[in-house]
Parts: sequence; C-alpha cells; structure tokens
Amino acid sequence: MSFEEIKRQAASEWKAMQNSPIPRILIGTATCGMAAGAETIMEALNAELAKNNIKADIIQVGCIGLCYAEPLFEVIKPGKPGVFYGDLTPELVAEIIRDWLVGDNPRPDLALGTRGEGTLKGIPKLFELPVLKPQVRIVLRNCGNIDPTNIGHYIANGGYEGFIKALKMKPQEIIDEMKKSGLRGRGGAGFPTGMKWQFCHDAPGTVKYIVCNADEGDPGAFMDRAVMEGDPHAVLEGMLIGAYAIGASEGYVYIRAEYPLAIKRLVVALKQMEECGLLGDNILGSGFNFHIKIKEGAGAFVCGEETALMASIEGNRGMPRSRPPFPAQSGLWGKPTNINNVETWANVSAILQKSASWFASYGTEKSKGTKTFSLVGKVVRTGLIEVPMGITLREIIYGIGGGIPGGKKYKATQTGGPSGGCLPTSFLDSPVDYESLAAAGSIMGSGGMVVMDETTCMVDVARYFLNFTQSESCGKCVMCRLGTKQMLDILQDIVNGKGRPGDIELLLEVGDAIKNGSLCALGGTAPNPVQTTIRYFRDEYEAHINEKRCPALACRPLISYYIIPEKCQGCGICIRACTSEAIKGGKRMVHVIDQSKCAKCGTCLDVCPAKFSAVAISSGAPVKAPAEPVPVGGKA
Amino acid sequence: MTTTASTTAEEKKVATITLTIDGKKVEAPKGVTVLEAALGADIYIPTLCYDPDLKPYGACRLCVVEIDGMRGIVSSCTTPAADKMVVHTETPKVNQARRIAIELIMANHIGDCLTCAKNQQCELQKVARYLGIEQEHFDRLRKGTRVLPIDKSHPAFDRDHNKCILCGRCVRACQEIAGVGAIDLAYRGYAAKVSTFGDKPIHDSICESCGECIARCPTGALVPKRTRQATRHVKTICPYCGVGCSIYLGMRGNEIVEVQGDRESPVNKGGLCVKGRFGFDFVNHPSRLTKPLIRKEGKGKDIQVNGNFKDIFREATWDEALDLVAKRLNQIKEKYGPDSIGVLSSAKCTNEENYLLQKFTRAVIGTNNIDHCARL
Repeated sequence: MSFEEIKRQAASEWKAMQNSPIPRILIGTATCGMAAGAETIMEALNAELAKNNIKADIIQVGCIGLCYAEPLFEVIKPGKPGVFYGDLTPELVAEIIRDWLVGDNPRPDLALGTRGEGTLKGIPKLFELPVLKPQVRIVLRNCGNIDPTNIGHYIANGGYEGFIKALKMKPQEIIDEMKKSGLRGRGGAGFPTGMKWQFCHDAPGTVKYIVCNADEGDPGAFMDRAVMEGDPHAVLEGMLIGAYAIGASEGYVYIRAEYPLAIKRLVVALKQMEECGLLGDNILGSGFNFHIKIKEGAGAFVCGEETALMASIEGNRGMPRSRPPFPAQSGLWGKPTNINNVETWANVSAILQKSASWFASYGTEKSKGTKTFSLVGKVVRTGLIEVPMGITLREIIYGIGGGIPGGKKYKATQTGGPSGGCLPTSFLDSPVDYESLAAAGSIMGSGGMVVMDETTCMVDVARYFLNFTQSESCGKCVMCRLGTKQMLDILQDIVNGKGRPGDIELLLEVGDAIKNGSLCALGGTAPNPVQTTIRYFRDEYEAHINEKRCPALACRPLISYYIIPEKCQGCGICIRACTSEAIKGGKRMVHVIDQSKCAKCGTCLDVCPAKFSAVAISSGAPVKAPAEPVPVGGKA
Repeated sequence: MTTTASTTAEEKKVATITLTIDGKKVEAPKGVTVLEAALGADIYIPTLCYDPDLKPYGACRLCVVEIDGMRGIVSSCTTPAADKMVVHTETPKVNQARRIAIELIMANHIGDCLTCAKNQQCELQKVARYLGIEQEHFDRLRKGTRVLPIDKSHPAFDRDHNKCILCGRCVRACQEIAGVGAIDLAYRGYAAKVSTFGDKPIHDSICESCGECIARCPTGALVPKRTRQATRHVKTICPYCGVGCSIYLGMRGNEIVEVQGDRESPVNKGGLCVKGRFGFDFVNHPSRLTKPLIRKEGKGKDIQVNGNFKDIFREATWDEALDLVAKRLNQIKEKYGPDSIGVLSSAKCTNEENYLLQKFTRAVIGTNNIDHCARL
C-alpha cells in the first residue's frame, strides 16, 4: 500500500469515528491517569454501560495534562461536543452515564469543559479555561486526542506528512529549515538543533547514528513520558526526518526502564511503522533505510548526559567522558552521532508538518516555539503544560496553575530540576526562556517546574537536590563525587542545627570549584540549587546557622511544637492522637508537650480542632508554654 | 636505511605543532594531549589519574588548565593539543579548582601516611605537598566517614578501599593492558568504589593476578602483601619463560623484595605476568633445591616424599648426578629401545637450551619423544 492509500484509509476511518452513531468515551490512561485510578474508572465505566445497555466506544488516550483532575474522561455523544469530567469515582461514573448518556443532562456541576463544535449550556469550553487558554500545544498536539496505539489516528491528524515533505527535500534543505525554525535542544542546554545536525551531517563517514534521549530523570519531570505514552509517532517521525537529513541508517531510543508503558507504546508504534513501510529498508520506495532500536536504561540519572548515554548503549558503565571529541565527530562506537531529546524530536515532526516560520512565530527572539513543563508542587492546578517561550512565571503559576493553595504565600519556583535553581518572587514577571533563566542562575532544563510556598525551607530544598545529585553522581570525577558530598554534608549540618559560621562562604567556594572543575554537566550544574538559594534566600541560611532557626518552620531538628495555653480547651484530642505519648494534661487542663519525647510529627497540629487552633510551632526561641498542665482559663 | 631514517625525520617535522604554555613556546608532536605537550617541555602539571600507558580519563581534575578561546577550565589530559594553542597552567581559577580538588581528596582519605606501605612513594602525598593544603581551610571541611573492610583475600596483595581515590588506573590497566576486566567502578556517588563482578573478594574474581593494577596505583590502596623497601635495583631478564621480559629486581642485600617491569624494554614495555611479578619468593626459600639429589638405596618410588626428602634422597655433586643419568639412560635405551624414553623441556629454558635438548633427544638418544611444558 502506498502512503497515499494509507493516508486515505486513515482519514476515512477517522472521519467515520467522528461521525459514529454511538457515543465515544476517551479516557486518559497514561501512567499518570493509571496512578490516579483510571483502571477502576474503566471497570466502572464498562459495568455501567452494560447495566444501562449502552453501546459505546472506549478509547484509551494519552495525558491531556490536567493532572489535578485525574482520573478523567471525555464523553462524546453523537452530534454533541465532547464533555470532560474529572476527579472521577465509580459513583460519579454511574451518575454521568445515567444523566448524560441515558438521559440528557450533561451535568454542568461535574463537567470541566467541552471540546469540539457546539456548546452546552452551563459548561465552558475546555480550551477557554484559564488552565488551557494560555497554552499552545505543538509537542502535545495529539496527546489526549488520539489513540497512541493506532498509527491511523496519527496519520489522520497530519502525521508523517512532515517526513513525506522531507523526503522530497535535500538533506541540507531540511537542516536549513531546522536552523530557520530556531528550534533549540529541549533536553535543557538549548543548543540550536539545526547547528547540531549540521555538524553531524558534515562529519566524514558513511555510518552515522541518531539517538533519542528519553532518559528523563529530573525529580518531578514527566513531560517526555507523557509524549511517548500519548503520541509516540510524533517522536519517531522526528527521528525519521533527522536520520534522513543527517544520513543515518540506524537510531536508538534510550529510554529509562522505569517507563514501561512508554516502552510498550514505542514498541507498538515501531511495529506499525514497519507495517506501513515507514521503517526498515527502502522506506516508501525512496531508497532511504532506517532502523530504530530501543535501549532500556538501568535507572541512572547520569545516563541522560550524552556521553554517558552512549557508553551505556555500548554496554559500558554509564559514565561521561570529556569532550572533545563531540558526539557529532565521534559518538556511538566512534561514529558521528546526533542526540536529541524526546521533546526536540516531537518538535521536529511538527516543524516539517507545518513550517519553520510557523514554528518561529511562537516564542521570543532567541527562544522559539513552545516548552512543556511539568507544573508541580504548591500550586492549585498541577499538570503537564505547554506554553510559548517568553511567557512569565506569573502567567504560569497564577494563570494556568491557579495560584498557591490554602491562601499561602508564594516563595519560589524551581526550574531545571537538580541542575536548576530557585527563582524568588522578584522573577515572577520575568519571561521564561533560555537566556532569562540562565541570567537568574537557573536553567531551562528539561522542564521540571516545582512551585514552593512559604512553608518550604529553602535550605532544605537545596539539601534535597544535593542529596539527589550526590547519589546520582557517577563517581568518576573528584569534583562531583566528593564535592557534592561535601556540600551535602554541610547542608545536612545546617538543617540539623549544626551549621558553623563560614559555612555559607564554604558552600559558595566549593560550589564554584565544582562548577568550574567538573567533568560533565551533572557536576557542572549540581551547585545551582545551593547557589541560587544562597543568592536569593541568604537570610534563611543565616537564621539556620546563627540562630538555629528555620524561618519556614520546616526543619524538624530546629522546630518545637507547643500548645498555646490561652487557646487550649483541654479536649484531649491531641493527647489521644500523639504517637509518642508526649502530651501531658487532663480534662479541662491545658495540655503540655514534653519536648524531650516529642517526635515532631505534627499530628497534634493536624488534629487540634480549627476552632481552637491551639497548637503552634516555634523555631529558634524557647516555647511559650508552661512546663506542667494548668487548668484551662487559669481557673482551678 | 638512511633514506627511511630521513623520511621519518621529515614526517616528524611536518607533524609537529607549536603551542604556548605559560608564555613559553613549546613544540610537540601532533596528536598529543595538552598535558603531554607540557610534560614534554618540562612544565609540571599535577595529575593523579593520568598514566602514559592508558587512555585519557579526566577524573582527578588536578590537571585542569585554562586555554584561550575555550570556555572555563578544561582537563589537559583529555584535551588534544592544537597548533597555536595558548595554555595557562596556573590561573586563579585553575588554582582554586585544584586546591579544592586535592582538599576534597585528602578530607576523604585515611591519613595514616607514616605507617602506610606507600609512604614517600605515594603520588597523592607528592601532589598534596606540591599544591599545598591550607590547614585552616582544610579544617572547615567535613571529613569522610566511610570505612570499608580491607580485601585481604589475595595471597600476593591487599586492596584497601579507604585509600582508593578512584583514579581508575587499576580499572583501565586491567581492561586496556591485561585485557581481563576483572574490576570496574560500581555503585554511584559517594558509594562508588572499584569492585569485582558481584563485589566478591578479588581472589574469587577473574583476576589473573598480573599486578598491572598494583604497579599503577598512586596510593596505598593496592599494595603487595610483604612490602619492604628495596635499597637498590638490578636490571635483568625474567627467568620464567622464553618471552624475555626485562625486569628490575628490587634488592635488600642479596634478597629480592620486589620486581618491577622495565618500561624501556621493547619486549614487555613494563608489563609483567603473575609469575614474573610475584613469583620471586622461591629464590631465598629454605626448601629451594640448590644441589642435585640421588635416591637412596632401598627407598622405592612408592614412598611419599612429604617434604622430608632427606630420608629418601641424598645430596650429590653435579658430576655424580650427571654420570648416573647418562648411565641409566644408556641402560634403558639398550634394554627397551630409544622410544621408551621421552624428554620434556621447560619454558624456563632459553630457546638455545631448548634447541640443544631436542637435538640431544633426537640425535643422541634417537627418539622423537620430545615435548615442552608450554604445550601442556
């Protein structure tokens, strides 16, 4: 079958599905959806449909990005717009089936929004919601919309058109198109993709490799996983285009083994590509050969570094080596190799499908297109988002994310994972692009975005990230192996109240040496979380060291729970809840926490009735409470 | 011959690059690293993981330099030297990184230098002394707490992880020189260490005991079991086989206390095998036979020797022993024919000796029953 025929068939099947006389239910079953309970929802759905004798198509789709509302599904009744429902439970499923599929009430009280033509009274359009309106979905164009295990769905939505277009171009023309688009590496460093391709294209040699770096390892990052689970062909088409432009006939997807569903989806996608003649020898009769192998990583963060990644593919211990030589000259098995990240490849297919100028119309002067972020932490609407470059942090956190939950005060945003930095309030209105983030001491990174509020201790955050980089250092170079350990030990001391004067300067000094002297980027960026928190929150470090006080009241060794005598009503709830038997007191007697027994678990604070709010935390000062229980109200 | 020599010289001339290191014009052959170019021009750059026999590694970060046109500081051991390169080996940035690196290593190193087998031969000691540790600054650093058991499983050497600085020279020697790969780095971060497969004791690994790792360890992490300092070194040829490895015997009086491979030797280029490196204790061993022995009358071959050979054998002179052997060989040959005799030669003999023995067997005894232990 020629590609034209495949395309025609895919289009007619897609159209038939759209016009199907039976309802369709699109349920998000990416890893995030599954973790939130999508499987239970599917069971409930099947049971309810059977009970009500309704015939419906259930299509498992990827992540649409609304993590805060998972598990969710979209119910499409023939002739009506699709309606999204979130925070599903089996009971809600029953209600929705009964009211909207059996009856005619779309339940505006439960619906998140609608998608597609037409409107339903009382339900907003999903993509008009504050959470989605500022977003531009290029990488995530098909996520949550198509069945990722069906290549026909991808093709019907413009898939592989980019590759077909590329086949008609000269390799150099494709590279020029990439340069024109302004696309920069989405793995974090932001190297111009077109230039990278050019180096590999120009390198002498007939055997060349291309690699997709799917070793997404930052804590709190899940963008690449969502793309591979929700739209694997977008990535694979990008690889096809890259291979053709560079002159490679073999490619690897290096993916962490902790992503079993993504691997499954990729395996299915590769098989379908072969069946359609889009992979293998003489692809679509063009004479171009390309094969893709999947290499599962064994769970080392450092294998996201390109030279370590290549060592791992070769079967060696995943350790970085010095550059030069760069992979474009001598990469996998000593051959010219081009490595791009998942999101970069997904952008490549979009750029060729549309055009370089279309892509370049999004973003800023130096940072073109969009960027996906996993927006997590202390934010109302967590999720997988895709925004045009240059958007401000405020638009992301307060617009898309809906602000800080519980009326708490915003403190900082951490971008770039363990290699990035923490940006304080003063950067809320700065644009999010490669240059601005670097100027602030952070990095774009692969797209982790962790929002923190006033209850987050910045020293503890730095300690957390250093702990991560220290345990994920490959151990090869002295700076990273022993330098991060040194910084971690100092931070450990500080949060435990054992910080010494001069520790801040020592952290900065060792941090500088690690940044300058490390072999690879893991070490080279590891001090960023410490250096930025010292830069913007030095007072917190000083409070820990000089006053043994944690201003965020988060570091357990530095805080004490106590009961405010004026507020305590002597109800005994906290006494019963305390796991350490540390609270003394009787009926109508002001309760007192025995500091020597208190494990600082915070249970008393949680259980104290809100109307009393008698439990408080202090740090850096003796608690203001009597030593022994006294009668409530000072009366005997 | 003359033509070849001049061509080589010309080729060399063409393949030379000139770079500036610390303001000094330096010529170096094309293809060397910045570190090698500097060392070749007598410009010292401290290193711990560099070894001229091994591929560049870039782990110790002590050889960092600044190069005009390159971002930040780079390790000179992994950076190829290029024509017109301008290199600075001592800048504030470089010195700070080096000082922190050596302080970090020292803060995580067991400092029992006085009782360490490597004392005064330790490269870490030398480099630390060269760079100079600022005591006041060093005191502020948190010291390492990891204590790992010493692997004493091997009869010839010990492995003390607590003195290991993870320079990787042992790992690379095992892979690149010995071609064995018995050890590699295992675990991550601070827990990283040189390990055998499955972290078993070295004696239970595929280690072939060649000792290439021990010869290259810069610290006291890999040391022979009995270390005694030699007072002089004698150059000789290893007597174990016909390869003819050149060695230096480390001597105390007339006693051999160590063996080192001769790096200048075209035969072994410094490399040795387990026998050559460790098999010297027999030389001064009391059980070593230094005189021929003849079996006593009435002591049959069914008697077990059990080390007590004096009950069964008596010492003899070489003349007496050789006469006896010649007599018995003749008797056997006459009685049973020449093919009843077989001769086994040894790899410890030289080629010439082996030639003579086969000649003797074929021409004098008259049999082709001659073989050699290397075929066993």
